[in-house]
Amino acid sequence: MIRTEKVGFEYMRRDVDGEVVGITQALEDVSVKMEPGQFVAVLGANGSGKSTFAKHLSGLLVPGEGTVWVDGMDTREEDLQIPIRRTSGMVFQNPDNQMVASVVEEDVGFGPENIGVPSEEIWTRVEKSLKSVGMYEYRKASPNHLSGGQKQRVAIAGLLAMQPKCLVLDEPTAMLDPKGRKAVMDTAWELNRKENMTIVLITHYMEETVNADYIYVMNQGKVVLEGTPKQVFAQPKVLEQCKLQVPEITKIAAGLRDKGIPVPPDLLTEQELADWLVQWKASR
Amino acid sequence: MFRDITIGQYYKTDSILHNLDPRVKIFATLVYVISIFTFHHFAGFVVAGLFFFAMVWLSKVPMKFLVRGLKPIVMLLVFTGILHLFFTSGDVVVQMGVLHITKQGIYKCVFVTLRLLLMMLGASLLTLTTTPNRLTDGLEKMLRPLNRLHVPVHELAMMMSIALRFIPILVEELDKIMKAQLARGADFEEGNIIKRLKNMMPILVPLFASAMRRANELAYAMDARCYHGGQGRTKMFPLHYESKDIAAYLIIVIYVVLLQVVCRIFAF
Amino acid sequence: MAIALQNVNYIYGVGSGQEYHALKNINLEIGDGEFVGLVGHSGSGKSTLIQLFNGLIQPTTGTITWDGQDISDRSFSKRALRGQVGLVFQYPEHQLFAESVLQDVEFGPRNLGLPNLQVELRSFEALKTVGIGEELLDVSPLALSGGQKRRVAIAGVLAMQPKFLVLDEPMAGLDPEGHEEMLRIFRKLHEEQHITIVLVSHNMDDVARYAKRLLVMNHGEIVLDGTPAQVFQYAEQLQQIGLGVPQSMALLRRIEAQTGEQIGSAITPEECADVLYRWLEQR
Repeated sequence: MIRTEKVGFEYMRRDVDGEVVGITQALEDVSVKMEPGQFVAVLGANGSGKSTFAKHLSGLLVPGEGTVWVDGMDTREEDLQIPIRRTSGMVFQNPDNQMVASVVEEDVGFGPENIGVPSEEIWTRVEKSLKSVGMYEYRKASPNHLSGGQKQRVAIAGLLAMQPKCLVLDEPTAMLDPKGRKAVMDTAWELNRKENMTIVLITHYMEETVNADYIYVMNQGKVVLEGTPKQVFAQPKVLEQCKLQVPEITKIAAGLRDKGIPVPPDLLTEQELADWLVQWKASR
Repeated sequence: MFRDITIGQYYKTDSILHNLDPRVKIFATLVYVISIFTFHHFAGFVVAGLFFFAMVWLSKVPMKFLVRGLKPIVMLLVFTGILHLFFTSGDVVVQMGVLHITKQGIYKCVFVTLRLLLMMLGASLLTLTTTPNRLTDGLEKMLRPLNRLHVPVHELAMMMSIALRFIPILVEELDKIMKAQLARGADFEEGNIIKRLKNMMPILVPLFASAMRRANELAYAMDARCYHGGQGRTKMFPLHYESKDIAAYLIIVIYVVLLQVVCRIFAF
Repeated sequence: MAIALQNVNYIYGVGSGQEYHALKNINLEIGDGEFVGLVGHSGSGKSTLIQLFNGLIQPTTGTITWDGQDISDRSFSKRALRGQVGLVFQYPEHQLFAESVLQDVEFGPRNLGLPNLQVELRSFEALKTVGIGEELLDVSPLALSGGQKRRVAIAGVLAMQPKFLVLDEPMAGLDPEGHEEMLRIFRKLHEEQHITIVLVSHNMDDVARYAKRLLVMNHGEIVLDGTPAQVFQYAEQLQQIGLGVPQSMALLRRIEAQTGEQIGSAITPEECADVLYRWLEQR
């Protein structure tokens, strides 16, 4: 679905007068591969380059070095800009700053309007997209009257209406409360499972990645660790170096291991750990 | 503090007025505003007022909501009212020191205030019944001939629609920044004008920075949704007139004729 | 110095036809040296409540007293109150405006009318408390990283040397490291300078770890008020209002549900490991 090879990107820092004062290497040698239908997470702390990388995955930024292919299309080709963005849609962190219209359904229709979908079809797409994120009953509402989580779901609907094959979610829950966070994550998972949508989740919340198919961990512009959640979470030292925090469950398991309880390192969810502990006690 | 501003806001409901073609409403508003300046007799107000109240009734927008939108311009109304009240020459009715009120002054004061009031209320009815996107769609189509003169009609329309979307957000932000600086002991009502302007910096700088940040993020979000100007763009609401729109145009014509007739009759 | 609210109601848009009852009959007292966690999801009324504390908004009905004095009295100085009850808004870095870090931090104490020397001293101290080094004093706030900006903004309030510090979601948007750093600063302020702290958050794990008292808000009311251990007894109720309990607590409850045994409670992962270890070793 998406493939990158040795992607590098640098930007210039400028002072107040616009003079270049230095060059920051935001990305270096980033190579990833995301298969159709996968749920892939990109983990990293602030400043790790993960947001810059995210923008490469839907052609909003073009690599300085290396190549990004979205569904086989090279993002450096200008003629392919629109097809690439149609294929790989992007949701941003701030729910307010990505809505153009003052009514929910008009906002969802913005994308299809841009790519020239006939009027009647826009309406069927808007209806379908809003239904699949559970926001159809709010179609006439003003975005200003929605909660953060609801706004993010509308933003997702706005991309679905362009019928993409892949969604890149750039820290979609960072500004939300637990309720909103759960609603957005549930929506992402549902799209992945029911509609086989490829999802790329950019985040620094490790808890959100425990069920992902594959994880890339970024630090200082590079991929420093990759693998399935069980493989990645088994490396607490590396994660700590990347300024990430392991989930509470992993910490509890580690605490028990220090006390001599043979808790296996690949228990990631509350359910898994509870089941193992109950069984282990019963078997003694 | 600033939450009460309703000018430029949309009132969500389902009414005949809401469902009219935006071009009809823009045209009607224009005609209505101009019409208010064409009569010089109170009878004109009766006709214009009746027309206005009929429209409010049709729009299902509560009168309370409309009136609340006047708050920011109350000062302007009072100011122009007073100006006309005291500075119109004619037959003196009341004398207060150097100030005097004339018969003509009272007449003018009432006349001008009513005029402004009806104009502002009428204009706000347009934005209350038309979403910014529909409004810009309408303007864009009405102004399309200007494209030939290389006026970027689509871009202007887009800019207006985005401005309207972000006004409430920035107003709320302004409120927040003010409170935050108040919490740091700021005082915005102290000193002379220059001091006061200086006192505004802790509000204006963050507000401007926020607007820039939002603009930057919005640009990326619009790119992500394949926005690339007006070319090849389709519309969610393709504008074509229906019978109710034709009827609306007729009503506007009837209103204008009626207004002129009534004013002629009373002019004698 | 205590803050006390009696029968406080707050209604937005009185007389507009679109009234919204944001706070319903709040009775609350927060005393000297407390560390209070205020939790509730967005729209529960917590942001409205904290704006009442330093007189930014006035209650529709009810009274608020600071140190026994009614803050709505005309003779009561709002500005002095704001110096004593510091309020840090959500994303406070968005309010930075001055040309240099130091100037920005000095804004608060200067508004209090302190002499220059005092202003500078307090500002230096506040910046030191939040861990901003001297090399950054003359730098433009815009040139700092997100986490640094946040700390400078908090120093701006600390420089007024409040006795009571209210922070609205101070960790929002920070990465885990910045997050921990922030919590360490609050603990230091509380333990070393004995500042009363009210930490507003929707993250139970954060609040539970440091606060000695928890206030839970829902639909404009304080629904739970007690020590973290007391509050987490109502796990089901917390789940219902969309807040949940810390992960450690949730894990223990799950095991209790599966085995029917009483295991105990824990808030931090370390405590949880201890409790579980004891349970596992039981025969």
